[in-house]
Amino acid sequence: MADRYASIRYLLPKWSGKLGAGLVIVGLISAFGVIAPFFTADPRDSGNKGLLAPSAGHLLGTTKLGYDVFAQLAAGTRGSLYVGLVGGLSAMLLAIVFGIIAGYFGGWLDEVLMLATNIMLVIPGLPLVMVIAAYVQNAEGLGDFARSSTLVALILGITGWAGSAVVLRAQARSLRTREYVAAARVAGESGLRVIFVEILPNLVPLIAAQLIFGVMAAVLGEAGLSYLGLGPTNSITLGTMLNDAQTGQAVGSRAWWWFVPPGALIALLGTGLALVNFAIDEIVNPKLRLAPQAARLQRKATKEGKGVAGGGAFA
Amino acid sequence: MSGALEVRGLNKDFRLRNGMASTVLHAVADVSFTVEPHRTVALVGESGSGKSTIARIIAKLETPTSGHVLLDGRQTPTRATADYRRQVQMVFQDPFASLNPFHSISHHIERPLRIHHPELSTEAVRERVVELLERVQLTPGSAYLERRPHELSGGQRQRVAIARALAPGARFIVADEPVSMLDVSIRVDVLNLLADLQRAEGLGVLYITHDLATARHFSDEILVMYRGSIVERGRADQVILNPQHEYTKKLREAAADPDRLGELRDEVRREMAGGAA
Amino acid sequence: MTPPTLRPFDPSTSSGQAKLRAGQAQDRPSSGSVPVLTARNVSITYEVNPPVDAVRDVSLTLHRGEILGLAGESGCGKTTLAYGMNRLLKAPAVMTSGEVVFHDGDGTDIDVGTMDAEALRRFRWSKVSMVFQGSMNSLNPVMNVRTQLQDVFTTHQPSLRRAGRDARCAELLDLVGVDPSRLSAFPHELSGGMRQRVMIAMALALDPQVMIMDEPTTALDVVVQRGIIRQIMRLRERLGFAVIFITHDLPLLIEISDRIAIMREGRIVEEGAAEQIYHAPQADYTRHLLSSFPSLTGARGAFVRGGAA
Repeated sequence: MADRYASIRYLLPKWSGKLGAGLVIVGLISAFGVIAPFFTADPRDSGNKGLLAPSAGHLLGTTKLGYDVFAQLAAGTRGSLYVGLVGGLSAMLLAIVFGIIAGYFGGWLDEVLMLATNIMLVIPGLPLVMVIAAYVQNAEGLGDFARSSTLVALILGITGWAGSAVVLRAQARSLRTREYVAAARVAGESGLRVIFVEILPNLVPLIAAQLIFGVMAAVLGEAGLSYLGLGPTNSITLGTMLNDAQTGQAVGSRAWWWFVPPGALIALLGTGLALVNFAIDEIVNPKLRLAPQAARLQRKATKEGKGVAGGGAFA
Repeated sequence: MSGALEVRGLNKDFRLRNGMASTVLHAVADVSFTVEPHRTVALVGESGSGKSTIARIIAKLETPTSGHVLLDGRQTPTRATADYRRQVQMVFQDPFASLNPFHSISHHIERPLRIHHPELSTEAVRERVVELLERVQLTPGSAYLERRPHELSGGQRQRVAIARALAPGARFIVADEPVSMLDVSIRVDVLNLLADLQRAEGLGVLYITHDLATARHFSDEILVMYRGSIVERGRADQVILNPQHEYTKKLREAAADPDRLGELRDEVRREMAGGAA
Repeated sequence: MTPPTLRPFDPSTSSGQAKLRAGQAQDRPSSGSVPVLTARNVSITYEVNPPVDAVRDVSLTLHRGEILGLAGESGCGKTTLAYGMNRLLKAPAVMTSGEVVFHDGDGTDIDVGTMDAEALRRFRWSKVSMVFQGSMNSLNPVMNVRTQLQDVFTTHQPSLRRAGRDARCAELLDLVGVDPSRLSAFPHELSGGMRQRVMIAMALALDPQVMIMDEPTTALDVVVQRGIIRQIMRLRERLGFAVIFITHDLPLLIEISDRIAIMREGRIVEEGAAEQIYHAPQADYTRHLLSSFPSLTGARGAFVRGGAA
């Protein structure tokens, strides 16, 4: 009978190994980043001996300057997740505005918005971020904020929306020609209502995928910036850890416990988010899920001896 | 107020780009006709004849290059007014595409109700939705409220589309090939439904189709379109049984007629035997 | 009140008698009713959860040179059956029982189900070919017609030389009524009807004995449709192949088929000569299907809307 949650369930990805693995990885890392800092030592306490190997006292050893690596890792995960979320969300919001409005309305609005988007696409990403970060962080009057992770996240967001905007615009343009949109207009809906009530819900899986992509890009972008010394020096992130390890000659000192954990965590986070994205892709394009599943079912049935003729199904 | 829906001198040109040059396609060329209440006018033609463009112009989804759409004798502005939308509605061809897969059935019928009758309370709207669903033979209406389009069959979806078109209280319905994408055995039911509703509500219906047989049975007047112009018009029986224009004759001859069982085969055999081997 | 539908003829009238006699004369078996493709007790299931029985215990015989119409609504299993007879079932469909036998012109019987890959390659397209639903949109948009037609030969008749290939391609287009100068055209330059004729030419390339056509004219205009069907009948007279014509358009089938089989929910509900299906349908479903097609020229009566004419 009545199924009020059917629309939510329609949007959710179907359960699968990929989705499970991805969610577990992302969940564990997020839990680590949120909860662990409450239980670790103070990451800014440099009172320990430097470059200690992992031991009972320091689970992941210490850095050259005596900071506890495990504590730094926990704080760094939290920092990276924060940058990822803020950067990803701001990129997504800008992509929605530039992409969907351009796609639905068309005409001169489309031309103007797409001009801006194309310019952002053409300019190389990392150099642009570097230039903006360097400029902003040396600007007068910003004080502490200049080197905070929020600012870095916003910069990453402002430079990272163009790709998603193009994808959303293409989808919005395609949906604009759907008959249910025409039917809504004939019924008397206004343009904005059509966008938000009729088109946007059908774009949610795509937007979710773009958001996850944006989070990944922001985390990796921040790591890159920090490695180049342009990152948020006020905060601890996985990227700043890697930067410190680089300047502290961790590789030369064979202090693997210093640079392997943050690198591995970034890679794991990226993998987990990518797996979740694959599951979302299968909502957007159900054939990705159905075709291999269909082949599997056919193989299974023929193994059970259900098919006649020549020991198996046809084709 | 019971005037007619009239199109007068409609023209629609599309510019087709062909490399650097461009040609003009006259999709609709000087079309005029009237749809009166209580009557069905059939617009018959093949794809490319311009009939869907005319439907879109009447539904104000496209603007004509020249010509007017008149309601009750008065010219209507190019941009649709709420009043126009209340009186002129459309049933689309594809029952799978004309309903938003994300929303419930009740959403589809509620929206036009709320837009055109803002004075109704929430309960009144819900009552009306159930009433409309039962009017299109989806009973009990309350069982369909929270269902989603993909849970319904093609015939049921098209009934929902008809209910949606009736919701604002329309006087004229443009039905653009309403049954051509439905299963064969449901088509007559849906067309009968439209006919019943027309009788009950006094609707004026513009029935657009490529099927001569249903056009004949479900309309009073038939207009035959070819390449944007109306080549023949008249009472339904007249046009089918006594076609005047070449194209109408060709259409009639091409339509499948089981009474000519085996004739094509014999014709071809005679041709092969009499002609070259 | 339902609209006046396809009226059965009345054998007691003189025109009815004339029709009956004409029908009997026409019913002379072509090529002696020799079967060319037989399906016996075929069942095909889609192994999803829960499994869907798309074709249930279907037995069908196609005779040499005849047009067999396979009628039914969407979901009745006609396309699945056609794919099964051709060994083209897509996952997750599995043929769970029955056999399909092709009776070759030289006298041998080939069990379609047990062929190995090599035999299948020789069988496909040269003995049985298929025109798929919506196939006029299956032409490769970046290759011209000549290349695509020649593809068939390079794949199935590699011994045929370039000159022979070119000649045959021109001949094929001529056969289906397309000007051979269109060989260098690309698919988007051709109309829907012409593209469909090219697909039929491709299906005829290796001179098959059976052609299976799945809704070949459904997406086309009525006038174009008639032209293509007329062409198919001419080709049938000339080349002698048999056709399984799958569609939901029963009046069309009645007009052009020799025999008709009606499918519903995976089973064959009725099967017989076209006249018998039209004038004396036995099954309820057949009658129901016939009544869904209002008669174009039959008596008007009080039409369904009950209003004044």
